[in-house]
Amino acid sequence: MAQAKRKVLVAGAVALAAGNSHVDNVVALPPRAAPKRGLSMAWLGKTSTHVVPPTLALLFLLLLWQVLASGAGSSLPPPSQIFTDSHELILNPFFDNGGTDKGLGLHVLASLSRVAIGYALAAIVGVALGTLIGSSQMFLRAFDPIFQVLRTVPPLAWLPISLAAFRDAQPSAIFVIFITSVWPIIINTAAGIRNIPDDYRNVARVINLNPFEYFTKIMVPAAAPYIFTGLRIGIGLSWLAIVAAEMLIGGVGIGFFIWDAWNSSLISDIIVALAYVGLVGFVLDRIVALLGRIVTRGTAAN
Amino acid sequence: MTQKPYLSLSLVNKSFTRGNTVSDVLKNISLEVLKGEYVSLIGHSGCGKSTLLNIVAGLTPATSGGVVLDGFHVTQPGPDRAVVFQNHSLLPWLTVYENVKLAVDKVWSAESSAKRQARILNALNLVHMAHAKDKRPSEISGGMKQRVGIARALAMEPKVLLLDEPFGALDALTRAHLQDQVMQIQQELKNTVIMITHDVDEAVLLSDRIVMLTNGPAATIGDILNVPLERPRRRLELATDPTYIRCREAVLKFLYERNKFVEAA
Repeated sequence: MAQAKRKVLVAGAVALAAGNSHVDNVVALPPRAAPKRGLSMAWLGKTSTHVVPPTLALLFLLLLWQVLASGAGSSLPPPSQIFTDSHELILNPFFDNGGTDKGLGLHVLASLSRVAIGYALAAIVGVALGTLIGSSQMFLRAFDPIFQVLRTVPPLAWLPISLAAFRDAQPSAIFVIFITSVWPIIINTAAGIRNIPDDYRNVARVINLNPFEYFTKIMVPAAAPYIFTGLRIGIGLSWLAIVAAEMLIGGVGIGFFIWDAWNSSLISDIIVALAYVGLVGFVLDRIVALLGRIVTRGTAAN
Repeated sequence: MTQKPYLSLSLVNKSFTRGNTVSDVLKNISLEVLKGEYVSLIGHSGCGKSTLLNIVAGLTPATSGGVVLDGFHVTQPGPDRAVVFQNHSLLPWLTVYENVKLAVDKVWSAESSAKRQARILNALNLVHMAHAKDKRPSEISGGMKQRVGIARALAMEPKVLLLDEPFGALDALTRAHLQDQVMQIQQELKNTVIMITHDVDEAVLLSDRIVMLTNGPAATIGDILNVPLERPRRRLELATDPTYIRCREAVLKFLYERNKFVEAA
């Protein structure tokens, strides 16, 4: 690689010297078409620069863990032990032996379905309330202090009261998701609406947009970057909340699985489940981020 | 004046009230503009030029006095008084075409979509921006954005076109180029135009009349200067034209003397 670089440098110097002596002979070269092989090589190179370092870091951490946890008095299993204990969980995530004895994939799906409902409600209510608060100084003054206090209440603190209200585990879990993720969505949407430049408002007034057209054609797209920031924080929080809530309410779900494994002293299973939780949370975050990028295309770039 | 005024401002006052203090911004502004006339408002920054334009646009209500356009009293903003804002104010999530389309679809909603499309392309062609119709505002230069802003305003076929320092944020070369284009378009379409500027050369070059505002607070019309230059005007020839020089001097003198007046006060 270094050698190739040096070659290019030498070639550049030669070209420079040649250019200096024949200034009047400058000929415009046709743009060189990128060869297909070069393109795939570039892609390979780009991928490898993004894949190789994290892979190496992961291997290093696993090795470190293996060494640290292999001692006689270690309370946690090393990675090799986890694989021998729990390879069935890792390799077959969708087995179903009835009851709560299911593969991790099914547990995750159960958790995801709760998150989907709670988060969808939070998104709808959050954007609606945020719009209302953002567009009215009076509503902002009235509600903002309340929201600022409520948003600091930890997710699990809502669980007893929602169990009392709904008298059922399933809606309670969904409510906890909702109440956890709705605040950042409200607050960010309101900020987005408040930050719409007066110019956009004036443009809308000059062309006589009605309130509905103003909402759909100016407000929502202008506030979209803020809204998606809120949505992204919200999805992270709801995934945090569901695992904790499921530990308490039981049934099928990744949180319950972890708690159940702890009660059965299956430490290896817990660690595998943690990896699942992390990966799923990461994917959820990326999905919302990608959605945001698609929807807000031009807005953020300005 | 033999012609009937197309747009008239009569005794327009504007004051802002904050708590118990009332500050007068504009005082007793009366002005009559003919159809097809190009009028500039010039004055030092902060004198209330933009407020006056916003009152004509209907974006800001006057405290007292009224604006009548083509026989109708102005009470709210509308597409018959299209504004080109100082900082283009294109919507960044829409393409150039879509930005103009937003206005055209709303203003000409009764027409067929083919007709509206023709209007959009026609407006973009006028400002030579049809080639970039699928670009987003972030992908084009400041001068191009301003041209799209002008296209959006022209596409509404306003009775009066309001330009709020349309060239203020542009570099000198782009500005000159765009001034020539605006002159040419106005020549072609015979628009009635009110333009805010603080550039003396720009005012003299483009306008039929220059309305000079005194310094605020309580700014009013200090003087109105006729610019009896033949159209089409060419900036290179005008540089040595005695009428041009005289007009330029008159505006400079006005601004300079008012400045002095403020310092003495």
